[in-house]
Amino acid sequence: MAIFLNAESKVIVQGMTGSEGMKHTRRMLASGTNIVGGVNPRKAGESVDVDGTSVPVFGSVADAMGKTGADVSVLFVPPAFTKDAMVEAIDAEIPLAVVITEGVPVHDTTHAWAYNQAKGERTRIVGPNCPGLISPGKSNAGIIPADITKSGPIGLVSKSGTLTYQMMYELRDLGFSTCVGIGGDPVIGTTHIDCLRAFQDDDETQAIVMIGEIGGDAEERAAAFIAEHVTKPVVGYVAGFTAPEGKTMGHAGAIVSGSSGTAQAKKEALEAAGVRVGKTPSETARLMRELLG
Amino acid sequence: MDLFEYQAKQLFAAHGVPVGLGEVADTPEQAREIAERIGGVVVVKAQVKTGGRGKAGGVKVAKTPDDAYAAAQAILGMDIKGHTVHRVLVDPGAQIEEEYYFSYLLDRSNRTFLCMASAEGGMEIEELAVTRPEALARVPVDATVGVDLAKAREILTQANFPAEVLDTAAETAVKLWETFVEQDATLVEINPLARVSTSGAGESVLALDGKVSLDDNANFRQAGNAALVDVAAADPLEAKAKEKHLNYVKLDGEVGIIGNGAGLVMSTLDVVAYAGEKHGNVKPANFLDIGGGASAEVMANGLDIILGDQSVRSVFVNVFGGITACDAVANGIVTALSMLGDSASKPLIVRLDGNNVEEGRRILAEAAHPLVTLAETMDEGADLAASAAHNANPGA
Repeated sequence: MAIFLNAESKVIVQGMTGSEGMKHTRRMLASGTNIVGGVNPRKAGESVDVDGTSVPVFGSVADAMGKTGADVSVLFVPPAFTKDAMVEAIDAEIPLAVVITEGVPVHDTTHAWAYNQAKGERTRIVGPNCPGLISPGKSNAGIIPADITKSGPIGLVSKSGTLTYQMMYELRDLGFSTCVGIGGDPVIGTTHIDCLRAFQDDDETQAIVMIGEIGGDAEERAAAFIAEHVTKPVVGYVAGFTAPEGKTMGHAGAIVSGSSGTAQAKKEALEAAGVRVGKTPSETARLMRELLG
Repeated sequence: MDLFEYQAKQLFAAHGVPVGLGEVADTPEQAREIAERIGGVVVVKAQVKTGGRGKAGGVKVAKTPDDAYAAAQAILGMDIKGHTVHRVLVDPGAQIEEEYYFSYLLDRSNRTFLCMASAEGGMEIEELAVTRPEALARVPVDATVGVDLAKAREILTQANFPAEVLDTAAETAVKLWETFVEQDATLVEINPLARVSTSGAGESVLALDGKVSLDDNANFRQAGNAALVDVAAADPLEAKAKEKHLNYVKLDGEVGIIGNGAGLVMSTLDVVAYAGEKHGNVKPANFLDIGGGASAEVMANGLDIILGDQSVRSVFVNVFGGITACDAVANGIVTALSMLGDSASKPLIVRLDGNNVEEGRRILAEAAHPLVTLAETMDEGADLAASAAHNANPGA
């Protein structure tokens, strides 16, 4: 089945006509994603030719949903306009909004999240600052390369993009049900826990890889959730053991402040919940092979 | 970005939050002049971006301008938890009746904003949270609603603020919320917020110390942020990297690191550190994320910064081609090495995987640069780089 995204998903792209939006719309189409439209109020009614496929442009998310039955939106909107684009997606009650944009002010994300909650959380938000998600062989919503691996029994959730690709590559012969890059910002829409819950309920997923990194306490919370609710085997990896206190490591959320947010604390919390934690990506892949072997 | 106390209080003042704020001095002479201008008792305070400066002797009360001179002389140059004091703030002394605590911050775990307030201020808030948690009110603030006077009074009442300061403290709380939102802050903290007696003017509150952290992602709409950066304190290599828009953090080791994507680079640092345990305990020298598009120019800039670090003895380039094609990365490396010429003098271990990897490896093999070694995996690359750093003659 995969989680959040499947072969039936109808995908629109907010910001499709921009350069990043265009590049990745092309890639998503090439990997078999059912792209049914783009959104740009200034180009409503036009169509864009993407490598021979004519993609209609709509004036709003609501309009696109009404005319196409779209249930997923991928956002490639510049940081200054991301909040408004998220609010538009929430107002339209699209079931899934994947926010790829990097560099969104945290006040904007917090505002959009509060708005989503006030509206009854009808929209699942993934990101911002994330690579999106892929259910290999079915659909690809975001910028994860589609040719690394195939459909298979492993579910993957990760804060980091390239580390997601690395882990998909390490286990490419086994394959994945869905890989979700939840993003490295301090406030994100879909958490490790949301993905763990969905993987636990997904028939196709037999085992889960969870990739975390320094900063915040999301991994510790995920560990508590695993101990309570996850019966499928989970393998973990945490990046940033050598990161010094007070230095932000690339992701806005990746900072060790005081004694909290360290990789060591996260590893210990996961191990206490019965998760086998690898020291490196390759060791983590080995642990997964042992579990599935 | 964390601000100095004086910057925080300047921001507060600009938003109408009442502050006790004097002037900043770089020398004892300046401190004396400021104290003369203010008149009466002053407080001389070390400006460092760390807590516990009072305990470290970084805050002194001075009754006369000469006392202020002596206090500044004692404090300037002092080391407080690894931070050297380059500047002091000379504030007017205040007749403090009571001390409170008040802050707004991003509560990332609950994905909301949080107000923390207590009628028992002055001490370190971490200490209060542990010793008297019931004295610290924690009130979530809905980002779409914010803080008005009614909400502020609700918070202050919950925090046991005395009735006679509720009105003035509530006004301050609203202004501080405006500061928090309008500056795109992730933390605004007043500790202490003091009740001071002002003859005939009734009760008033004053921010005697302030902490502010700003969100760098908002720099595009916060024109004032650039002027708040502490240029002097930045590591020269980090400053140079920033000019080139590179995401670089200087560390203490010997193996230079270049990679794409924050998570993969963090992971690379760890893998190199583990490999270093077998090779004389060499460690990663930096974090450098060249991001998605690794053009020749970006690669050259990255290599240039890393090779400018005197402690670097080898470099590990670890790239997983997702969007980026490995042939572009390989071409980037070859071009970068020819651009850098003789200044590229350290062994370079390159691991490429992903998009178009065969072509990338072929380009590097064909170029056969004497400094470049290709690694098959991330683990092997880390091992080769650690070994090369260990075997290199330091300084050669």
